[in-house]
Amino acid sequence: MKLNLTLNDINDVFEKIRKEYKIYAPVKKEFKGTMSDTPSIRYDEVQNFNEIEFNEKSDFSAKEIILPITQVLFNFNENEYSEPTRSQEKILLFVRACDINGIRSLDLMYQNNGPKDKYYIQARERITFVLIGCEKSFRNCFCVSMGSNKTENYALGFKPAGDNVYLEVKDESFSKYFDTPTDNNFNFEMDFVSENNEVVNLPVIKDTKIVSELETWREYDSRCIGCGKCNFVCPTCSCFAMQDIYYKENENVGERRRVWASCQIEGYSDMAGGHSFRKKNGDKMRFKALHKVHDFKQRFGEHMCTGCGRCSDACPSYISFSATINKLDKAIKELK
Amino acid sequence: MENIYIPTKSEIKKIVQHTEIEYTFSMVYSGTVVPGQFFEVSIPKFGECPISVSGITDETIDLTIRKVGQVTNELFKFKEGEVFFIRGPYGNGFDIENYKGKHLVIVAGGSGLAPVKGIVDQVYNNQGLISSFDLIAGFKSPEHILFKNDLDNWDSSPLNIIKTVDGAEKGYSGDVGLVTEYIPDLEINDMGNVEVVIVGPPMMMKFTIEAFIKKGVPEEKIWVSYERKMHCGLGKCGGCRMDSKYICLDGPVFNYVEAKKLFD
Repeated sequence: MKLNLTLNDINDVFEKIRKEYKIYAPVKKEFKGTMSDTPSIRYDEVQNFNEIEFNEKSDFSAKEIILPITQVLFNFNENEYSEPTRSQEKILLFVRACDINGIRSLDLMYQNNGPKDKYYIQARERITFVLIGCEKSFRNCFCVSMGSNKTENYALGFKPAGDNVYLEVKDESFSKYFDTPTDNNFNFEMDFVSENNEVVNLPVIKDTKIVSELETWREYDSRCIGCGKCNFVCPTCSCFAMQDIYYKENENVGERRRVWASCQIEGYSDMAGGHSFRKKNGDKMRFKALHKVHDFKQRFGEHMCTGCGRCSDACPSYISFSATINKLDKAIKELK
Repeated sequence: MENIYIPTKSEIKKIVQHTEIEYTFSMVYSGTVVPGQFFEVSIPKFGECPISVSGITDETIDLTIRKVGQVTNELFKFKEGEVFFIRGPYGNGFDIENYKGKHLVIVAGGSGLAPVKGIVDQVYNNQGLISSFDLIAGFKSPEHILFKNDLDNWDSSPLNIIKTVDGAEKGYSGDVGLVTEYIPDLEINDMGNVEVVIVGPPMMMKFTIEAFIKKGVPEEKIWVSYERKMHCGLGKCGGCRMDSKYICLDGPVFNYVEAKKLFD
């Protein structure tokens, strides 16, 4: 079903929907950027349609809605661990095609890699995708190279069109929220980009060991400062560390949490007793890059990187991930 | 849905002190466990850490622990009869079926003896299990020797047990030398019927593997166990990944044909 609604109509619809769903979408937060006087676009709960940022790429992905930066796994005292109660509310999540595809990578990790993760699955089951189309490619995007520019996995599609909003209702169970009479002559298609400025040649890797010894990684020993921003803005990075904290008022009571971890930050591989791996930043970069465009595919049959380009957007040293992969591809081709 | 992160309480049946900083805790646990698998030890306020199983009975598992970190420092304050939390077992462990009737060689460095001790126990208790057996157990110094009583017991049986230290004060009567020094003299009659298990610190493993390959042992007859940073033990946290493998799920035991391709 395709609909053409006015902004007033859409806010009425939002009000109806919000009785059953929480709506999460990218929101532009003024003065919250890294640099002074710059905004940050990240996911938050919205009440109205006009709060949603449709025109720009969000700085952070939607993954924090499913996999929070900090998540309490247990409350504990000396004698027992107990599971905190969790929100049961359904969520409508406004996302672009690349991010919907990125969440599939998280699904593979948390549902298929070993036993199922209850915390992830409970959050994931509450989520319904609403597609934000991409009329044009943004800076640093290379989704077309990664094949994540398109998706069919959404219930609703929203396309702002001046004073109106075009709407695709793919999941008919949502049609109850729209009492606008259907105009059979009205039609539109959700936008998917078919071309990016950045084009990435995915390397064919036969021997990881040889690839890991390539000179190309040494550039990042000094360029990469190991800040981990790339991991945190990435829609598919899913590593975490465990953390126990206890309350000041009663030291025997506290929480076990999991918090996002970064393979680029020093200490990630440190084991009690002193062994650690990948001490050079170039090797950390190699570990991350190969995971995104090789190792994950070896294990799960599809690439981890979605080509959203947020890592390149966020890097304080202006390291472009697409350039990193293209340099790698070139170096591998030169091997032969 | 089952909560895979929730640990369960387990009572400390017995504590054996090996060195100043290495104890074995016998914990109440009944369930299927194989040598080479590991548990996450969990202490509220201090966190969790992976510990390999060093002994298995119907009612207990042994966890041999070195006091080197936040969790283990706390653990050493616990006494017999007290309880802490564990969850597991995790990982694949050693496939003892595969060693039956064959010549088994185990080389262990330091606390690397813990994950293989369960295999030696089985071989010792059932000496018809395999056709021939050698254990080379190396430690830093006489003060660092673990499982002294077990080593003596095993040594008094027909099993070939070499207990060696890297260095010792003058007057030490035992063997002194790196584990690799004993490999050229090992008698391996049938390269097709031998299985070699190597566990220890990264450098020790590297040189021991080289020594066996030099001796003519085929790569597919060599088994290793790896250790990496782990937060969950469940294939989720990502800490133990080596290229496309997760040590906690696909390991910690790997055949060398696979292990040699793994890269940090």
